[in-house]
Amino acid sequence: MSIWERLSKIDRRIIYLLLALVIIIPIVFRIPSTVAVSESAQMAYDVLDGLPAGTPVLFSTDFDPASMPELRPMMTAVLRHAFKKKLKVIMMGHWPTGIPLSTIILEEVAQEFDVEYGVDYINIGYRPGAGLVMIQMGREIRSVFDIDITGEPLDSFPMMKPIHNYSDIGLVACFEAGDMGEIWARYAWGRFGVRIIMGTTAVVTPDIYPYLGSRQIEGLIGGMAGAAAYEKLIEHPDKAMIRMSSQAWAHILIVLFIVIGNIGFFMMRRIERIKKKRTE
Amino acid sequence: MKERKGLIIGSVIMIAIFVLMFIKGEPSKSIMVWIAAILTLSIYSFLYKDNVFYKFAEHLFVGVSVGYSVSVVWQNAFIRRVFDPLFITRTYIVNDKFSLYLFLGIVIPTLLGLLMLSIFTKKQAWLIRIPIAFVVGSYAGMGIAPSFQANIFEQTRSTLYVTLSISASIMIVGVISTLVYFFFSKEHKGLLGKTANLGIWFIMIAFGASFGYTVMARISLLIGRMQFLLHDWLGVIK
Repeated sequence: MSIWERLSKIDRRIIYLLLALVIIIPIVFRIPSTVAVSESAQMAYDVLDGLPAGTPVLFSTDFDPASMPELRPMMTAVLRHAFKKKLKVIMMGHWPTGIPLSTIILEEVAQEFDVEYGVDYINIGYRPGAGLVMIQMGREIRSVFDIDITGEPLDSFPMMKPIHNYSDIGLVACFEAGDMGEIWARYAWGRFGVRIIMGTTAVVTPDIYPYLGSRQIEGLIGGMAGAAAYEKLIEHPDKAMIRMSSQAWAHILIVLFIVIGNIGFFMMRRIERIKKKRTE
Repeated sequence: MKERKGLIIGSVIMIAIFVLMFIKGEPSKSIMVWIAAILTLSIYSFLYKDNVFYKFAEHLFVGVSVGYSVSVVWQNAFIRRVFDPLFITRTYIVNDKFSLYLFLGIVIPTLLGLLMLSIFTKKQAWLIRIPIAFVVGSYAGMGIAPSFQANIFEQTRSTLYVTLSISASIMIVGVISTLVYFFFSKEHKGLLGKTANLGIWFIMIAFGASFGYTVMARISLLIGRMQFLLHDWLGVIK
């Protein structure tokens, strides 16, 4: 087997092994990396930062455990920003598996601030229906979320008394691992003109960019890089910024393998052509 | 053979690293963390080749996910929207008067939902068409107008009303050439063919960007798991 053939046929397990090492080493040895703030993340930050204290912000958590490494850091960062700005947080979700995770994140972040459940933040849980839930919420939140996650009526909480529909909410911050973000833009923005910022997994981010371009959403935090950018903006470095070093090295390794694989492929093709010409 | 040796050496190095970390670090005392760590490693064992540990973890994940989702939907949909209003809170009784409108508002959707289960019978399976027709009809009615507004009208408007800049010009050229590529009523020859070819370039760049984001997402998940293993489980990093 020639060297070019070997280069184009590297065992995938060797790639996995190198990838694991490239990821572990920066985490263990805390190799620093620079984080650039994207324009879309800056826009999301500016929108939230511009809200007056006391404005209710609806957090929609539409993800599952598989998306936690990306969405947890960004949701944590946005929640910190919201509590720091003394905004009222309403947590809800359209994915059944998302609410237990977002509850953990919300309670963790709430402990860092002097905030009280039912006064400064509330968790109203999950209801099935997605688009229908969004439309109903535009009329009256209680028509779908009559109780919070603990089973208490919404009106028993001081912060919820003046909040009835989107007109009482300053901003919707969605954290998306699927197509729920598009549904938010379609129904909440399309029908009710709700202001929306989104935090999405990197897979979903390219699908959401057109909505940012047309200003249907006002900010976009995309993937781990977006989460790290938001941590930088709120001046609270955490998991995302630590992980970005591994991310960068892993990307370099992947680019390197793509280049090596392509060199191997083109050289093999060239050799085959030469061989063909000689036989002719 | 050489590759096999390399892989064995590599795997031994990885195991040695984990053992060293286990000794040097402060392993978690939580049984839940240990279960999560073992399941994570079981799933990653598939990277070497398919095995019984991977299969066990995969089946467990599917079972737990489905079980959990069913219980959440049961509690939040059936109990909250059907059982409680019908038998506990009796929302159809307003000022001690029976409201047929509110009663049917609960019963009819419930019956439509129950018809979904007819798929499990052989003779009555056709009944599923009724709730399916209702769902398709209502969702189409509900979704068509907002979809047009959000995905077509607004996108077209934002493409037309752009400032004079290089990026805006590239976007306009990209949109037009891509649309031309999907115009199949005339053979792609001459100017039409060249524009369609340009459209292919834009589509390929979009695919590349999308793939780049996908790589970033998958790497993020791997980093997240590694951080869990090194921090939460082994306690090597703070």
